Amino acid sequence: MGAHAHKLEIFRGLIKFKSNIQKIWGVLILLSIITAIEVALGIIKPEWSMKMVLRMKILNWIFIILTIVKAYYITWDFMHMRDEVSSLRRVVVWTGVFLIIYLIFILLQEGVYVEEVYKEGYIKRDF
Amino acid sequence: MDTTTVVSTGTEGKTWGGGNEPLKASYGKMMMWFFIVSDALTFSGFLAAYGFSRFKFMDTWPIADEVFTHVPFFHGNYPMYYVAFMTFVLIMSSVTMVLAVDAGHQMKKAKVTWYMFFTVIGGIIFLGSQAWEWGTFIKGDFGAVQTNGGNILQFVDTDGQRVALGDFVVAEHKERIQDQRKLGIWYTGESSALPSYTIEEVLHGLEQNEHVLVRTQTINKHGHKTVLSRAESIKQIKDNGKRVVEGANLEVNEYGSPLFADFFFFITGFHGFHVLSGVVINIIIFFNVILGTYERRKNYEMVEKVGLYWHFVDLVWVFVFTFFYLV
Repeated sequence: MGAHAHKLEIFRGLIKFKSNIQKIWGVLILLSIITAIEVALGIIKPEWSMKMVLRMKILNWIFIILTIVKAYYITWDFMHMRDEVSSLRRVVVWTGVFLIIYLIFILLQEGVYVEEVYKEGYIKRDF
Repeated sequence: MDTTTVVSTGTEGKTWGGGNEPLKASYGKMMMWFFIVSDALTFSGFLAAYGFSRFKFMDTWPIADEVFTHVPFFHGNYPMYYVAFMTFVLIMSSVTMVLAVDAGHQMKKAKVTWYMFFTVIGGIIFLGSQAWEWGTFIKGDFGAVQTNGGNILQFVDTDGQRVALGDFVVAEHKERIQDQRKLGIWYTGESSALPSYTIEEVLHGLEQNEHVLVRTQTINKHGHKTVLSRAESIKQIKDNGKRVVEGANLEVNEYGSPLFADFFFFITGFHGFHVLSGVVINIIIFFNVILGTYERRKNYEMVEKVGLYWHFVDLVWVFVFTFFYLV
């Protein structure tokens, strides 16, 4: 069954699984570890991660990056994106990623502006 | 009579000879992917709008782990644990789904049946947890006061621990009737039930209890909400206090900005609706598997297509989890 062949490597070949089922469990362990790290960081909130980098706390950047890592493994291994042809992968991922980044940029930019108006304009909010 | 004329075009097997699958995916699978792309954009619309509102009220937005602190059957302060559990349940049901797809490829009917069953159970546990989460959120636990300007004032003791209204306010006997449209001006009325206390009683209770202070929504430079001094606390409630807020609804909530609850209901609600439809579709597929539909069709691709949708629901939750509960 050539159509059902699975690519069994993750981390660019660092970890190779023997079967598809083994890979599924491997990815589950990876996702659980990442979630555990997120929750632990969210509860501890270490002092060093409170510094602002590019207008956001380091901790929040870590959360966002870990989330994208999780999204990658869900899409690539659970949704079998790894086994699809590259053109299908690009049609789905590039379209989505481009539009989403565009949308986020516009809305957050506008949000920052409105906050500035609230803060520095002559709008009274504390009454 | 039943001779069908088939004209051979001589292009069989060539690019335009028909029977080709663009992107090497079947029609159904490709369309599921395209649906997922558009649905992903809908969810990013919601989450980006949440980001917009949050950036707009950057220094007064509620802190999520002060809001979601409950675990069923346990008392006390456990931020995030329950949502983490929900995330794990959803990931786990994704795993059983992908195992069902894998078993389908190998045409193992019994295995597909069991894995589909576990996937449905996982979905139901998640939905139940979300219903509980909504219930807790709507009910609220400490109560607060809304000011004329629409800001929320909460109460803490001198150690900074939250104090519930019931702990220091005494309800007096009163004859206050709910303001209904038919009793007042035709366009006004109170949408929610009357709170347990009036604003005067809260002020009275605050004046009586010297260890109670008011906490505003403003986040100070240490990342905590600002606690006012005793004199300022009384002044705020006396001058600006307008109504007592208990719990959350679309109009007002005791956690802070009304938009916080609005987005909570809309985003987790929209996601929960996806989970619900996913569970329903999974149940349909589950019965189809039992009835042997795919066995007769000699392929289980339907399980795979539904699986794509189910994983997508999981994928969205990963983002909701991050942007609503963690960041």
